[in-house]
Amino acid sequence: MRPQQVTMERKDAEREAVFELRNVSVFYGSQKAVNDVSMDIYRNTITALIGPSGCGKSTLLRSLNRMNDLIPDARVEGEVLYQGADMYSPRVNPVQVRKKIGMVFQRPNPFPKSIYDNVAFGPRTLGMTGDMDEIVERALRGAALWDDVKDRLKDNAYGMSGGQQQRLCIARAIATEPEVILMDEPCSALDPVSTGRIEDLMLELKERFTIVVVTHNMQQAARVSDMTAFLMVQMGADEHSRWGELVEYDETNRIFTNPADERTDNYVSGRIG
Amino acid sequence: MVDQDTPPRRARLASTGARAAVETVFGEQPRGDKVSGLVFRSLMMLALAMALVMLVSLIIYSAWRGWGRLDLDMITEKPSRIRPERAGYGPALLGSLYMILGVIVLVVPIGVGAAVYLEEYAKRDRWYNRLIELNIQNLAGVPSIVFGILGLAFIARGPIGLGLVVATGSITLTLLVLPTVIIAAREAIRAVPPSIREGSLALGATQWQTISRQVLPAAAPGILTGVILAVARAMGEAAPLLLVGAAGFTPFLPLLFDGQYSALPVQIYRNAVEPREEFQTLAFAGVILMLVVLLAMNSFAVWLRNRYERRW
Repeated sequence: MRPQQVTMERKDAEREAVFELRNVSVFYGSQKAVNDVSMDIYRNTITALIGPSGCGKSTLLRSLNRMNDLIPDARVEGEVLYQGADMYSPRVNPVQVRKKIGMVFQRPNPFPKSIYDNVAFGPRTLGMTGDMDEIVERALRGAALWDDVKDRLKDNAYGMSGGQQQRLCIARAIATEPEVILMDEPCSALDPVSTGRIEDLMLELKERFTIVVVTHNMQQAARVSDMTAFLMVQMGADEHSRWGELVEYDETNRIFTNPADERTDNYVSGRIG
Repeated sequence: MVDQDTPPRRARLASTGARAAVETVFGEQPRGDKVSGLVFRSLMMLALAMALVMLVSLIIYSAWRGWGRLDLDMITEKPSRIRPERAGYGPALLGSLYMILGVIVLVVPIGVGAAVYLEEYAKRDRWYNRLIELNIQNLAGVPSIVFGILGLAFIARGPIGLGLVVATGSITLTLLVLPTVIIAAREAIRAVPPSIREGSLALGATQWQTISRQVLPAAAPGILTGVILAVARAMGEAAPLLLVGAAGFTPFLPLLFDGQYSALPVQIYRNAVEPREEFQTLAFAGVILMLVVLLAMNSFAVWLRNRYERRW
């Protein structure tokens, strides 16, 4: 079964694609994890990747800033164009890619340092010039965290609540002023109140950044995203081979109210998955 | 029959009733379980007691036998074959401290560097990396006298040919404790969660920046503890130093690359084998001196660990 390719000619004129994925497949060794995904991701939008466990949405996300390179034997086929340039060209250093494309992880992973040093680490490492206090303050304000922590910037980040830690990780990511922020299930370890704050923050951040978010939570995708991609697990001929495929990619509204593919309908209405 | 209903009696009845109820529900605990539990526990305590008794009696006996020489002369004076009642451990103590400083200077960069390579760069599935790993484990179990012969053949003489000097002792002891330091540093580096590395790399830090600014600072307490314990072991070694020229009765303060030197454990040994009673006393006093130095180093290690210990 071929995934349905959705063309967006109607919108292409007004939207600028930041990522263009052309027949992207990701392998771990000989095992295929993601098969033949083609999609465009647009500037200043929130794009959600949804689908059941094991459908390869995190793998796909990690191929957008070359984090998969850290896994031995991981391999990407096809083309990932970032602003028109092939991200996997041998001349591209993954470190340069990650400077432009930040990432927030599933579990908050602050560094075992002070709140201030957590935010300042990126700018310092990248050799950003300017007043570091100002950079830190701007990033913390951007992550809606400044008022919570301005009096304890020297405290260890591990003393913060889970939700605050995750916002600190967002602050850390935006401190280096990337163009894109990838979020891998950023709220899965958080309570509903913290989740709500992160979602509000995402809506604010999309004015300045392009956001791609993987989520297990369909309501979250419906609440925050502009575009939604639905991926599904495909079983191969034998029991052991299974991979993720893009089923449908469209405006979030349409995915949740009037999807073109029956499988999407079944998933978003809770009948499967 | 009125006095039968006193509060204590009622309480007793109640507790008997409660016990009966518990036993009906859960069944009586088999007698064998209780006995074997008790026996096992006693055996463990006996084992602990044996270890403690040995240690305490060693300290008490040494202190008692060495009591007459637990004075300042013992620390500052030179050793002497002729006048043991005024002789001391001055050059030996200094030689040991010099040597230990040398060990720290050598073992930290080499040990940590090797650990970083094995944990962060080496590909596990390559045969040569597995071979290196296996050999480091084995090396940690090699008897110290073997390192002494190695030091004599390759460092004192042979290709390096430094002669029988403090530096030779330092290098020999470094080789001896290097595997321990590598293993401890690897453990500490491995304990840093991968999410820290991912977070750093995702910000556009290079692998080296991630290691030097995130992984090593986070692993530092564990590495430091390992280094200090290894150094404490090096401090107590006599066997390899006997082979690389630690002299017994040198009156001179040691120099790094020149002249005779001595070390505390070697000096204790030399004193102990002298026939006169005063030498025996001095040897026991030396044992106490060395225990104090070692205890100080171990306390420092514990203090460091507690101070910088982190949780993730």
